Amino acid sequence: MAEKLISKIPEGPLSEKWTKHKSQIRVVSPGNKRKLEVIVVGTGLGGASAAASLGELGYNVKVFCISDSPRRAHSIAAQGGINAAKNYQNDNDSVYRLFYDTIKGGDYRAREANVYRLAEVSNNIIDQCVAQGVPFAREYGGLLANRSFGGAQVSRTFYARGQTGQQLLLGAYAALNRQIAAGTVKSYPRYEMLDVVLINGEAKGIIARNLVTGKIERFGAHAVVIATGGYGNAYFLSTNAMNSNGSAAMQCYRKGAFFANPCFAQIHPTCIPVHGDQQSKLTLMSESLRNDGRIWVPKNMEDVKALRAGTKKPSDIAEEDRDYYLERRYPAFGNLVPRDVASRAAKERCDAGYGVNNTGLAVFLDFKTAIERLGKDVIAARYGNLFQMYEKITDVNPYEEPMMIYPAIHYTMGGIWVDYNLMTTVPGLYAIGEANFSDHGGNRLGASALMQGLADGYFILPYTIGDYLAAKFKEPKTDVNAPEFDEAEKAVNDKIAKLFAVKGKRSVDSFHKELGLIMWNNVGMARNEAGLKEAIEKIQALKKEFWQNVYVAGENGEFNQELEKALRLVDFFEIGELMARDALNRNESCGGHFREEMQTEEGETKRDDENYMFVAAWEYKGENEAPELHKEPLVYENIKIATRNYKD
Amino acid sequence: MDLTLKVWRQKNAKAQGHFETYQVKNISSDSSFLEMLDILNEQLIAEGVDPVAVEKGCKSSGPVSFDHDCREGICGACSLYINGRAHGPDDEVTTCQLHMRKFKDGDTITIEPWRAKGFPVIKDLVVDRQAYDKILQAGGYVSVRTGGVPDGNVIPIPYEKAEESMDGAACIGCGACAATCKNGSAMLFVAARVSSLALLPQGQVEGAKRAKAMVAKMDELGFGACTNTRACEMECPKHITVSHIARLNREFLCAKLKD
Repeated sequence: MAEKLISKIPEGPLSEKWTKHKSQIRVVSPGNKRKLEVIVVGTGLGGASAAASLGELGYNVKVFCISDSPRRAHSIAAQGGINAAKNYQNDNDSVYRLFYDTIKGGDYRAREANVYRLAEVSNNIIDQCVAQGVPFAREYGGLLANRSFGGAQVSRTFYARGQTGQQLLLGAYAALNRQIAAGTVKSYPRYEMLDVVLINGEAKGIIARNLVTGKIERFGAHAVVIATGGYGNAYFLSTNAMNSNGSAAMQCYRKGAFFANPCFAQIHPTCIPVHGDQQSKLTLMSESLRNDGRIWVPKNMEDVKALRAGTKKPSDIAEEDRDYYLERRYPAFGNLVPRDVASRAAKERCDAGYGVNNTGLAVFLDFKTAIERLGKDVIAARYGNLFQMYEKITDVNPYEEPMMIYPAIHYTMGGIWVDYNLMTTVPGLYAIGEANFSDHGGNRLGASALMQGLADGYFILPYTIGDYLAAKFKEPKTDVNAPEFDEAEKAVNDKIAKLFAVKGKRSVDSFHKELGLIMWNNVGMARNEAGLKEAIEKIQALKKEFWQNVYVAGENGEFNQELEKALRLVDFFEIGELMARDALNRNESCGGHFREEMQTEEGETKRDDENYMFVAAWEYKGENEAPELHKEPLVYENIKIATRNYKD
Repeated sequence: MDLTLKVWRQKNAKAQGHFETYQVKNISSDSSFLEMLDILNEQLIAEGVDPVAVEKGCKSSGPVSFDHDCREGICGACSLYINGRAHGPDDEVTTCQLHMRKFKDGDTITIEPWRAKGFPVIKDLVVDRQAYDKILQAGGYVSVRTGGVPDGNVIPIPYEKAEESMDGAACIGCGACAATCKNGSAMLFVAARVSSLALLPQGQVEGAKRAKAMVAKMDELGFGACTNTRACEMECPKHITVSHIARLNREFLCAKLKD
């Protein structure tokens, strides 16, 4: 099966690959585009921009989302910004520098060609969004403003207050609305994909549940695009939205799409700490805050104790008694080190006993210096909505006392394996945005998720899918009465019936929380062989109990959120186990994946390039069977491999 | 804290709804309102599987359905009418950002779905807000294709204009404005989009057409007229002001005068 992993990276110099590739792939004539149907699942930045762009090109598009409106996809919640190599700040930014920073930030586990292409199209994205009426932040002279994000020494992040994801998504959603009005795209809100249908090995449609009526329906097409985001909710508590899930990706995996680097999950350093066991989700405080916020814990244990006892406020602790540990450990990047580095450093201080809240699992993010330097008004203009959000949640005013933050699961770099054309190992099945694995390696840099989602949806997929569809326009419309659809629909119905039939004693959420704890404790910020093996066993046992003791309230033929959660959880068990397996196999530390066995004396990640410089692509082998590992070697022709250094 | 909840239950769009009363105990004041509802649902599920509770006449309606997703105040999914106010007693927050510290131990809390003709109930507290999508489909966009656009810095936009545009663009489409309006008007929602785009050179090209098309669609979908009571502004979780309605009216009037 190794021949399935053909990355299709074009030959030639790095900077010419994409241009050359575009000129060589096939295109479909306007008249023939009208005959072709494409299904897009998901309406975040990737899905909405892809569906809109494909509709504009003349394809017949059907777009599905689980929310009541495409606008509610979780891209909406991205706060800080979007990167582009515009070099508007004259700080010597370039396509190459953005490419280099992304590869380095990803700890040398991403494909050079994909990342270079991403950096190349980044500038088009900004132009596109401006033309759509996205109200980016501006300088007084009327030109676009920038700020800095982690892992970069230039200022290349474009933003719209702390609501950049919202504004970009509303831009893509508006483009989508225009196509819906024009009739090129048909929208299916409150529909959840429950299987992908293959005919002769090619993706030809999906089975979806109408979430309002519970009806299971069939949809055919000439190609299927998965844009359903990441699987961070396997941890139960994450910054992902409550309904974000990995089920569409898992359905593709079970139908033969390889799943790549599942263990690469990003733990974001600046989230509001857990308040207690009634907690349902974690809230992110944007990385942009690290432009002006300084991260610290007390130097002295007496101060830690006084803080916990409430006899001292953080603002009482003198400057010389504060340990600005990121500035201490990483002088060159300071508070703007990449996310994985900042998260581990926070864990290190908390593990050493210096955590600052009741649970001992929090550090300070302090704006005192910035407020003194710039004034409260400037800080309010930059981060006002984030400060307001923080105060509403915690009841603490961050203008007066520092924020308390702690790392939390935020993003998954792993995902469905795709080639350079963003096609999975199943012909006609594409994966874009966070749902695929391709651009971020072992760690994603801040403000790069928005960039990737829109790059894939606006500027890459609309070209590359043409190459596949050019051979399909003679094919008739997919017949949804084909036996393959019968079979897939029956399997879906059987699975739902099986869930209701268990009639056990435990709620779906109680299982999900238990899974989340296993994942956080054993497959979280620090992993080791024994813990990972234990996780696999525990997840298998929990899954077994789930099928014997879950209680799914209500029935299928109605709006039923318990059933939705149960169906997603079935897939989270599988993802969780796959993550643990991949983490166990990858006996090196790299990016967000930290194996305790593999660290330097200073506690930094220790890669093993000799043995692990590959993409781990897992092939499904059947229920309760171990998946098979395939390796796509990573070749670096343009970048010198080095140990990541953010110190000097 | 211990609370009494009066919750609107409605099996589906066609069924008649009613209030059911529940007790919840030991709610942390740090929990969010939706986390409190999660706890209620866990309790209702536990009662549902307990034959003794069923015997004692436990409610058979099962867990309460409610829309929610990001739980950080930006997706606009949550949509509850709490003690007679859209998104509850706190200002400038969505229901998901409302925290239990805003209530007192022993309180009785009434929870209803959005009440507006344009938002029919789907189940319990879940309503159908597709009408908002349809209004935006009528013209809430700039007609540009992917690609072939000028450099982002070709047209400078004054800082103040961009900021004011952003004020309108902050709308999350939750529907609190229409739900709270005595006329069930979607005027603030429509105005936020029309005004946001009218402030930018990119949006001005189609300004007149947009204002007319979106207002016409709003009327067609059964939303009421605006009578300037400003209730929408009071309840908008993103503090979108009626100055955007003024700008919409100006755009609309200018467009109509040219007809």
